[in-house]
Amino acid sequence: MPLLEVQNLTVEFPTRRGVLRALDGISFDINAGEVLGVVGESGAGKSLTGAAIIGLLEPPGRVAGGQILLNGSRIDNLSRDKLRPIRGKQIGAIFQDPLTTLNPLYSVGRQLVETIQTHLKLSDRDARERAVQWLEEVGIPAARQRIDAYPHEFSGGMRQRVVIALALCAEPRLVIADEPTTALDVSIQAQIIALLRGLTRDHGTSVMLVTHDMGVIAETADRVAVMYAGRIAEIGPVRDVVKHPAHPYTEGLMGSIPSLEHRVERLRQIDGAMPRLTAIPRGCAFNPRCPKVFDRCRNDRPELMEAGVTRAACWLYARGAAHV
Amino acid sequence: MSEIVLDAVEVSRDFDVSKPWLQRVVSREPKRTLRAVDNVSFAISRGTTLSLVGESGCGKSTVARLAVGLYAPSGGEIRFEGQPLSAARAQAALRRRMNMIFQDPYASLNPRWRVRDIVAEPIRAFGLLTARDAITARVGELLTQVGLAPADGEKYPHEFSGGQRQRISIARALSSEPEFLVCDEPTSALDVSVQAQILNLMRDLQQRLGLTYLFISHNLAVVRHMSDRLGVMYLGRIVELGPGEDVFRTPRHPYTRLLLDAIPDLDMVGKSRTPVGGEVPSPIDPPSGCTFHPRCPLANDRCRREKPAHTKHGNVLVACHAVEEGRTA
Amino acid sequence: MNAVARFIDSDFLYSFRRSPVAIISALVALVCVFGAILSPWIAPHDPFDLASLSLMDSFKPPAFMADGENAYLLGTDDQGRDLLSGIMYGTRISLFVGVLAIGFALAVGITVGLVAGYMGGTVDAVLMRIADVQLTFPAILIALLVDGVVRAVLPREFHEKIEIYVLVFAIGIARWPQFARTVRGSTLVERGREYVMAAQVIGLSRARIMISHILPNVLGPVLVIATLNLGLAILDEATLSFLGVGLPPTQPSLGTLIRIGNDFLFSGEWWVTIFPGIALALMVLSINLLGDWLRDALNPRLR
Ligand SMILES: Nc1ncnc2c1ncn2[C@@H]1O[C@H](COP(=O)(O)OP(=O)(O)OP(=O)(O)O)[C@@H](O)[C@H]1O
Ligand SMILES: Nc1ncnc2c1ncn2[C@@H]1O[C@H](COP(=O)(O)OP(=O)(O)O)[C@@H](O)[C@H]1O
Ligand code: SF4
Ligand code: SF4
Ligand SMILES: [Mg+2]
Ligand SMILES: [Mg+2]
Repeated sequence: MPLLEVQNLTVEFPTRRGVLRALDGISFDINAGEVLGVVGESGAGKSLTGAAIIGLLEPPGRVAGGQILLNGSRIDNLSRDKLRPIRGKQIGAIFQDPLTTLNPLYSVGRQLVETIQTHLKLSDRDARERAVQWLEEVGIPAARQRIDAYPHEFSGGMRQRVVIALALCAEPRLVIADEPTTALDVSIQAQIIALLRGLTRDHGTSVMLVTHDMGVIAETADRVAVMYAGRIAEIGPVRDVVKHPAHPYTEGLMGSIPSLEHRVERLRQIDGAMPRLTAIPRGCAFNPRCPKVFDRCRNDRPELMEAGVTRAACWLYARGAAHV
Repeated sequence: MSEIVLDAVEVSRDFDVSKPWLQRVVSREPKRTLRAVDNVSFAISRGTTLSLVGESGCGKSTVARLAVGLYAPSGGEIRFEGQPLSAARAQAALRRRMNMIFQDPYASLNPRWRVRDIVAEPIRAFGLLTARDAITARVGELLTQVGLAPADGEKYPHEFSGGQRQRISIARALSSEPEFLVCDEPTSALDVSVQAQILNLMRDLQQRLGLTYLFISHNLAVVRHMSDRLGVMYLGRIVELGPGEDVFRTPRHPYTRLLLDAIPDLDMVGKSRTPVGGEVPSPIDPPSGCTFHPRCPLANDRCRREKPAHTKHGNVLVACHAVEEGRTA
Repeated sequence: MNAVARFIDSDFLYSFRRSPVAIISALVALVCVFGAILSPWIAPHDPFDLASLSLMDSFKPPAFMADGENAYLLGTDDQGRDLLSGIMYGTRISLFVGVLAIGFALAVGITVGLVAGYMGGTVDAVLMRIADVQLTFPAILIALLVDGVVRAVLPREFHEKIEIYVLVFAIGIARWPQFARTVRGSTLVERGREYVMAAQVIGLSRARIMISHILPNVLGPVLVIATLNLGLAILDEATLSFLGVGLPPTQPSLGTLIRIGNDFLFSGEWWVTIFPGIALALMVLSINLLGDWLRDALNPRLR
């Protein structure tokens, strides 16, 4: 049984101009110990997917359909009080800006000890010892001396390390990391990715890694889900999605990334832009920009279907369809 | 070699980062300055692109602002088309020939102005056209040139996506008919698919209009795609400068290697690497000698003592003792 | 879409229609403003027309009381002037002083704020210290001071004629620092934005950048504060008039009316002071509520 199952998840925002459907029937699983990457352009719905899973959707946003199962039991319909122990203990979270996660008024150690004691029965002494261990584990030099320092006394990269310690210290089964390295410099980013990968592997933690950087996903994730306009366009093993994308959007996306290896005259370019939530086209959401569009795409909405090794929401792969 | 458009000779720029005067006097602290750009030299030939790449805070934006005269150099000299930059900027006819594109597509357009007025502002400021109709026609033409429609001129910036705003920003920059454009991270705030559109547009425009670019980015892959020549910056200094192909094929400076190594890459699926430790030190209190020595795997005593000078290796200038001594493996 | 259609469809109007407080206070404020502006035409009597006054009519109670007359809906004062008309004319004067004073304060405050925020450095430090010093004195105190100085300096016969402008000046001077600080704060933020840099690159003058680029972007918050301050300025005027340093009884504002009526409060003729008081309170309250709503409606984070 997968650790996390998301089935047909739909998230809506009621506004005065009608209901905006920001996530439209999203389904995917994360297995124990697996890193699932989620990529897509800004506004594709990556962060909302994460927020819906941790139950931190900002009102008036709400889960309007589908279900989320953790270890086989539903967590999308739990009350606030029932959800709180799950958050932290079962699911940890890491966000883009470490400053929004850390409380500037409390020392790093105090925040760690508090989190540890909320979820694990440990004495003050043991909890503090555990906190020092975590700081060492995320690579803070002289952790024992710096445990009583405040967040502003750390650099950006060090803060993100603290955030990772905070997310992992209750030993959750699943960590949702929303753009954990976007605010960091490349050399720091490489350190953080290696850290996150190593730690989750050692502790057997599953990770949902949300980012718009395909390179980060390629190095970190086992599988990847490509999102477009609130839907999953393609999902599959990283190697296949990167090297042999099935969905025309994924193909365009991969081609538009400049490469370090070889220089091209022109980058591959997908014309147009992702539609706004208010103007998602009928049928396949990608159809106005798709170079391979055909009649069916304009009327019927494709669901995820087998497309070789990966699964893609594209009529090209419908059984009996003429392959292009 | 073709004609040099912009020539920077040993340019430095200091910022005063002391506390306010009164506080300083009370706590008896000395004045403190931060050297954001330290002895930087480069030249850009007409019709080519020079890129600067480096991590946050290394002085890229400061160089960009120096290059268009928004900051005055604290030391050294910048020449535009053979004249000192400040003299060139004093003449509208020369000032018109340089312009700038910015990083943040949300902050770079005045939210209260219609797009047509934003794009027309340089035209009006330099008096290139005066008749209303002529301006309207020109704005329409510029918008079409960057892939928007003339009718988009009636709208306000918030009605556009990030990529479209960046197109508007480019149209504004082009409207004074410049030859030299400074682009400070023009695609860093954009998604890759939009970035591809903008980079393609910028290269098309360069070929069509013969533009010269100073292109700034922290993304090495983007830089490789865009540049003829490339400078790698670390803590205010250019540590390696040369033709893009040479630098990418045989990176010499240990920092260039670190950067190239650190970039997550599509081809790295399933492989793992050992990232270099440490962080960029504060420019207020830079390390002695070679500022990279605390993170450098090749550092030795000389590096801690002595600032490395630039030495030439093939077509590439490198500031590193190890490279100079041939210690690099 | 044309401007009208856009306005009707805007979030602004939508949030207005959904806020009963905003609608009611807008209505009250509108009634006050129109009643005041149109008073020479719609007021039942002309309180300045000495010919129509008769001491016989003095201290008539409001119409709903036993001795009241329908001709004097809210009763009359000690000189037989119709109170309702007096209130309407008084509101007119109060509003006039308030609006002019705030306009004056806005002009000074916005200019100082823009210059201080954009130029920075010593200019900023000096201008803001001046504003700081002035902020430590209550508005009323400054108004009293200015008023006193002007009275002492100018000959007596001028007093009546220019009294109203002295009041405008005094209240305006007392209120500009607030506007200056707000504008300076927003200017500091805007100055760092890249669109300002874009204007600097093409070599626009400082004045032009301040006026055509920064000003439109810093106006929103300061106009909201101006609305809130309008109510306070009207109260300043009333207070000054009440203290006797404001407008003379020949040009009675609401404050003057309240002061005059105050003498009779305990002798049974309560209406002479209570009704102008209620009018003043209603007007100030509605303007303030409107300003409050405006502030929230224009704050995207509260939406
Ligand atoms: N006006 C200023 N006053 C004081 N310090 C400044 C100023 N402008 C820049 N600096 C400092 O100079 C250094 C270089 O800044 P710069 O903005 O050029 O960096 P950058 O390479 O463009 O970084 P980023 O990638 O974050 O844009 C930084 O340490 C910065 O804090
Ligand atoms: N509070 C909100 N109100 C209305 N729409 C929202 C809200 N939050 C997010 N959305 C919309 O939902 C979509 C997905 O958002 P998000 O998950 O944040 O995207 P991303 O993929 O960049 O993380 C976007 O179109 C966004 O505008
Ligand atoms: S369903 Fe049609 S339009 Fe959509 S991606 Fe596939 S081919 Fe293109
Ligand atoms: S000079 Fe020394 S410390 Fe600096 S990069 Fe070269 S080897 Fe490393
Ligand atoms: Mg997001
Ligand atoms: Mg910068």
